[in-house]
Amino acid sequence: MKVVLKNLTKKFPGRDRKSEGVTAVNNFCFEIPDGKLIGLLGPSGCGKSTALNLISGLLKPTEGRIFFGNDDVTDLPPELRGVGLVFQNYALYPHLTVRENIRFPLENLKGDDRPSKEEMERRVQEAAKLVQIEKLLDRKPSEMSGGQQQRVAIARAVVKMPRVLLLDEPLSNLDARLRLQTREEIRRIQRETGITTVFVTHDQEEAMSISDLIVVMKDGVIHQIDKPQTVYDDPANLFVARFLGTPPIDVFDGRVESGWLYIGDDAVLSIQGVSDRPVWVGVRPEGFALDPNGPLECGLVGVEVMGRDSTVIATHPAFDGVNIRAIIPAEQAKDVGGGRVRFSVKPFKTHIFDRADESRLRFEVK
Amino acid sequence: MNNKYDEKRAAARSRALRVTTYILLGVWAVIVLFPYYWMVLTSVKSFGAYSSEYVPQFFTLQPTLQNYRDAFSMVPLDRYFVNSLIFTVVTTALMLVVIVPAAFAFARLEFKGKNVAFALFLSLMMIPNELVIITNYVTITNWGMRNTFAGLILPSVTSVFYIYLLRENFAQIPDELYNAAKVDGTSDFKYLTRVMIPICKPTIITIIILKVIECWNSYVWPRLVTTDPNYFLVSNGIQEIRQNGFGRENIPAMMAAVVVVSAPLIVLFLVFRNKIMSGVSRGGIKG
Amino acid sequence: MERNDNNLKAWLYLLPAILFLGVFMVYPLIDVFIYSFEEGYNSASQTFFGVGLYNYAYVLHDPYFLQALKNTFILVIITVPVSTALALLISVGLNSISTLKNLFQTVYFLPYVTNTLAVGLVFMILFKPTAYSDGLVNQLIKAFGGAPVDFIEGPYWAKMFVLCFYTVWAVMPFKVLILTSALASVNPDYYNAAKVDGTSPFRIFRKITLPMISPMIFYLVITGFIGAFKAYSDAVALFGTNLNAAEMNTIVGYVYDMLYGDSGGYPSFASAAAIILFAIVLTITCINLSVSKKHVHY
Repeated sequence: MKVVLKNLTKKFPGRDRKSEGVTAVNNFCFEIPDGKLIGLLGPSGCGKSTALNLISGLLKPTEGRIFFGNDDVTDLPPELRGVGLVFQNYALYPHLTVRENIRFPLENLKGDDRPSKEEMERRVQEAAKLVQIEKLLDRKPSEMSGGQQQRVAIARAVVKMPRVLLLDEPLSNLDARLRLQTREEIRRIQRETGITTVFVTHDQEEAMSISDLIVVMKDGVIHQIDKPQTVYDDPANLFVARFLGTPPIDVFDGRVESGWLYIGDDAVLSIQGVSDRPVWVGVRPEGFALDPNGPLECGLVGVEVMGRDSTVIATHPAFDGVNIRAIIPAEQAKDVGGGRVRFSVKPFKTHIFDRADESRLRFEVK
Repeated sequence: MNNKYDEKRAAARSRALRVTTYILLGVWAVIVLFPYYWMVLTSVKSFGAYSSEYVPQFFTLQPTLQNYRDAFSMVPLDRYFVNSLIFTVVTTALMLVVIVPAAFAFARLEFKGKNVAFALFLSLMMIPNELVIITNYVTITNWGMRNTFAGLILPSVTSVFYIYLLRENFAQIPDELYNAAKVDGTSDFKYLTRVMIPICKPTIITIIILKVIECWNSYVWPRLVTTDPNYFLVSNGIQEIRQNGFGRENIPAMMAAVVVVSAPLIVLFLVFRNKIMSGVSRGGIKG
Repeated sequence: MERNDNNLKAWLYLLPAILFLGVFMVYPLIDVFIYSFEEGYNSASQTFFGVGLYNYAYVLHDPYFLQALKNTFILVIITVPVSTALALLISVGLNSISTLKNLFQTVYFLPYVTNTLAVGLVFMILFKPTAYSDGLVNQLIKAFGGAPVDFIEGPYWAKMFVLCFYTVWAVMPFKVLILTSALASVNPDYYNAAKVDGTSPFRIFRKITLPMISPMIFYLVITGFIGAFKAYSDAVALFGTNLNAAEMNTIVGYVYDMLYGDSGGYPSFASAAAIILFAIVLTITCINLSVSKKHVHY
């Protein structure tokens, strides 16, 4: 089921007449292709959960329309939209067993839609099998681990065969190991069922690893929609560049002047396609190369060994922050020392952004 | 050497403190329990034996149940008992019908005027019963409901405090549960009965127990609206027994009546000890 | 989350509560003020002569009311401090033991669930001399060489003593319960830290325990004051319904007597007395709250 959002806007009124309202979702336009998993990514408070609740129908949009396939569902209440919803804290009914929890949505169906007792049990079994908890059906949620509870929540969401599955930070309450495991599970379940899925998260690594498409948003506005690798390699603006990647991109004060890109006073690349102006220069940590003749001279703070790679921690007067983190192959780390270090930068790992509106400026290397 | 001496002294002092503590607690336990003991003891002494005791005896070798027979035959104790039972059950049931939907509306539903309405409800908690009982007495009299169960029950039904207690408990249920139920097409009423009430069962049971205690022991209101002994509750019954029933002399029969009246709640308490104690300390109220 | 029909539905859910509270709480509250200013109200004909402060003046000059006022104040001043201090002592004791703790707690709570009138009768026979016997308490007094006293129909101080004793007995369960759970909820790390520093037990109690549970103590004092001012059924249990004759009436008792019974039929006087009581309780509570703000440490 394809999901289309057209000019979707949600404004919340202020607490009283004096304070201004908040626009949590501002003019969203995008299309989720049938059967894909899209990650809605942004810092907390950016409106991604609001967007999800608009799709689920728990909230009504101030403006704009929502389509599931060709159906306009904007005015439909949640129960008529056919959506499954999974929450960060699982939201399992604590007094019901796993079986009763999964069966709960089926029991709400009325008239001809209501399956027979046997049919309900069959579908519960099927859903439990899908998330691999068929042995735990008679337990109460409190007798299960967080990962198992989240599986139950997913089973409860898919048992009624929703047209769209919505996951609201489903992994945030799990510990690191379980998070990795459950993430793969979600991916597998989504592939097996082919349900169009929206996955909300603030964790860029999570979004990158699981999604077919990533929607990066901030303050209610979409900043970029692309495939995960594209969002990383080809960010639309400084916010997207900063938000994706660990360690984060290193951002410098710089300028473009007569065909050269300067970081501080160091001319690092000869470029064309951008007129002279002050800019932000972002270099991915893996975009630095140790180079005794490199143009970028930095003060050396230290080297962190991480096994496969090493991180060089350095300073530069034009750096927007405290310490530059550059990732280099571990075998080169022994060459570093003596208080100074020189780098050259890799052009395809270097992005420049307009100083005023922080939009990406595309350049070519001369 | 010195250390050892100190240690010994400290040990002795802590032992002394311990013994004193137990003595203090024991003495208070005796003071609390003694009236109960005396109540039961007197109720099984025969009238003749009791009356001939110049010095009260602390135990009896000829226990008798005659006083219990007297208590039921000389005054309509069974009627008082049944009346109290009806009053307690109906009042508590009606209370639930009133407070559960109200608590649900305040905890879960969004509607215009909710905050103002809730603030008004809360401010009613400060109103002492003594202030409103006067008009209620006049109202019930005007409605011709004196000496009826309706007159006894209706003004005793609501408790703002219990609405508040239940609302707080309802409000602790995470919003996600409600949203999950909404997405699955659960109606508000079904959500209330299938999800909220089962989850909040402990609180509801606590409220029921507290209300039952309150109803069973209520005295002032029943005394005001009932003059016909056919509608007396146990408290009024006891007062009636004391002043007119057996004559002031038949104290063993009086004590038998008192035992019969007190027993149900004591049994209830011993069964639901933890629920009642945690309920009272959480509710923080004196019934 | 956002449906328009919610407004109507929500008010429907509230309707039973609003009906009951409206008829039996809000309306009476307004009405009691009106009653208290209607002079010469006749409950049979439902007529009155005029509007003014006469009811208040009458009540304040009524010797029965003044007696009830005096009794209530004595009761409050004696029972609130005594019961709170005793409850604190017992709770600290309870908290320091583990063997038998549950048993003691259960026993101490019993009076809470027992009918006040019922146990009041037992107290009466314990304290009352009869034609045949002096009663148990008097036996004890005699055993220690004292002279027997009629605590139920005898001198004023003796009756007041029994009333106070019974009141303390009856309010203890609640206070012990609240203080025991307050004491148990003090984080043991504080005690451990103090012990490591070599603080004496008494100092620990004064400097750590008391401040930590001071909010609860003040809560008990405030509710204790309110409860004691409303004392009534304890007195009925001990001395019977004719409290005026026994000189043992309380303010609440006076209100009910004015409303109903042999001396009843005067809802205006009852209303005035009830409002005076409410004013006293409100004043005392405000004083309590302002004192507690200064002294309660959180």
